Amino acid sequence: MPADVGELKDLSEEDRTRLALAGLNVEMEERSGSFFQVDQEIRHVHSGTEGIEVLPIAEALLKYDWLKDYSWKAVDKDKDRFTQFVAKQETQQGFVIIARKGAKAIYPLQACLYLADAKVQYVHNIVIAEEGAELHLISGCVSGAQTKSGAHIGVTEIYVGKNARVTSTMIHNWSASISVYPRSASIIEEGGVFLSNYVCMQPVRHIDMNPTATLRGKDAVARFSSVVVGLPGSTLDLGSRALLQAPGSSAELVSRMITRGGTIISRGEIRGEVPGTKGHIECKGLILKDGMIHAIPEIAGLVVDTELSHEAAVGRIARDEIEYLMSRGLDEETATATIIRGFLDVKIRGLPELLQRQIDAAIDSAEAGF
Amino acid sequence: MLEITDLHVSIEEREVLHDINLTIGDGETHVMMGPNGSGKTTLLRTIMGFAGNEVTAGTIVFNGEDVTRMPLHERAKRGMGMLYQRPPTIAGLKLGKLLDVTAKDRADRIPALAEELNMDRFLDRDVNAGFSGGEIKRSEVLQLLVQDPSFVMLDEPESGVDLENISLIGNATARLLEKDQHIVHRTKSGLIITHTGYILDYIDADYGHVLCDGVFKCHGNPREILKSIKTHGYQECIECQRM
Repeated sequence: MPADVGELKDLSEEDRTRLALAGLNVEMEERSGSFFQVDQEIRHVHSGTEGIEVLPIAEALLKYDWLKDYSWKAVDKDKDRFTQFVAKQETQQGFVIIARKGAKAIYPLQACLYLADAKVQYVHNIVIAEEGAELHLISGCVSGAQTKSGAHIGVTEIYVGKNARVTSTMIHNWSASISVYPRSASIIEEGGVFLSNYVCMQPVRHIDMNPTATLRGKDAVARFSSVVVGLPGSTLDLGSRALLQAPGSSAELVSRMITRGGTIISRGEIRGEVPGTKGHIECKGLILKDGMIHAIPEIAGLVVDTELSHEAAVGRIARDEIEYLMSRGLDEETATATIIRGFLDVKIRGLPELLQRQIDAAIDSAEAGF
Repeated sequence: MLEITDLHVSIEEREVLHDINLTIGDGETHVMMGPNGSGKTTLLRTIMGFAGNEVTAGTIVFNGEDVTRMPLHERAKRGMGMLYQRPPTIAGLKLGKLLDVTAKDRADRIPALAEELNMDRFLDRDVNAGFSGGEIKRSEVLQLLVQDPSFVMLDEPESGVDLENISLIGNATARLLEKDQHIVHRTKSGLIITHTGYILDYIDADYGHVLCDGVFKCHGNPREILKSIKTHGYQECIECQRM
């Protein structure tokens, strides 16, 4: 990784491709703003949308005194050793995005956290969407093509105000030797909508995350979707939690996993704490070749009139489905890839074509005879 | 088109089809009747090449080529197609996507064909997920029209279909078999399993066969055979020693 990386477009061709794979547009086309951090150094901060501010957290904390009411409020500093590690750092790094009341960004804001030479990259991010604001965040977490090892710890606190809408799409493109510990949480007020999408089709040594959404306001909505592939040598311990604390609030946790030799633990938890709440967990996994998928969907109803359900399935592709497509003229490999592609077809907004092609390539490389 | 000679088929080491002989010429449509469990679907699945139907003796020759040991998709590529009685549901795979993949360079025909079969609303739906009996059959016929096989096997095309849908499916099936073409120009052939014979109101079949306990018991005029079965049931066929 060269030390003189300035703006996104100054990166090497190879690294630009890796960024693109994580959904990041280095030319800033169809993006309303961006934040770019290499290791612990912030390289680029920009917002092109009125009413939406993007700034480094250290600067934001000095500029806005009220921000302390949002810092370490959704995520507990003492949650675990990773949050403690980030909290104890003298200077916080990471981004703050503030979408003022009613501000709406048509294009997504992109945040790129690039791990180059540092042993540990740690960030603390805060996203605030005030009443009626609309914000689409695409964060790509990437390690350089030359990065041999390291760890990334990311704390992200997301506040979705009254009738605000926040979507967060996170695409991971790490290397086989990197360990990743995102620690994020969101608080959703009345009528607010929070959509969180996660994609990981690349090898990673270890990833461990279990973001929590607290639905604090009436009719708040949270929906988590994830599509992951477990490759040999990867351990993915992924989950999401939703705490339904206001009447009319609802949550949906959807995950699709395939393993070709990796270990995937898929956690999901919804707690219905008050009446008039609804939640559903859908967790589906295919074991294509070796590997392990451990699905742990949990639902806890604490009162009368909370409706919670879950469905989890882990298995292989049914032979009759493959033969059905073969009888339409597809060879076994194409039939299998077509079924897998359908299986992974959870609609994820803002997914760039390049990543789509990467997903297709990953599926196409799946071997026949599962 | 198709020539089956002295065919014996076993499923899990139990023989279910015995000494089957059947010749279907170009442009001919044959119907096959028989009691439940007599082996009709097994014969279709064996011709198509599904796993689990083991040919222990005999041959299946398709357009002059021995396909007895040929993989399923190779037979499909050579022009065989099948309408399933109960096709599997494929979660996540959209019907439109499946048609695109199978159509290859004929994809431009999909929208018009889908509209014709009243399936345009279903292109964004998962294949067969929550489809009614009629919708499943319309989806199957649509897939076959896109695939455009020269030899079509239909496994009870009218089962589970209401009266309104039966004419739609019947007419579309007739098109699959080029029934709109003059007999001289007709090249597509078919083998149809039917219990009710309703499909015969849309498709003039040339020959009828009765299969009982894995053995052909009768060949002849399809309408006459159907009439006889409707009057006397299959018992007469089972007892018949004519063949």
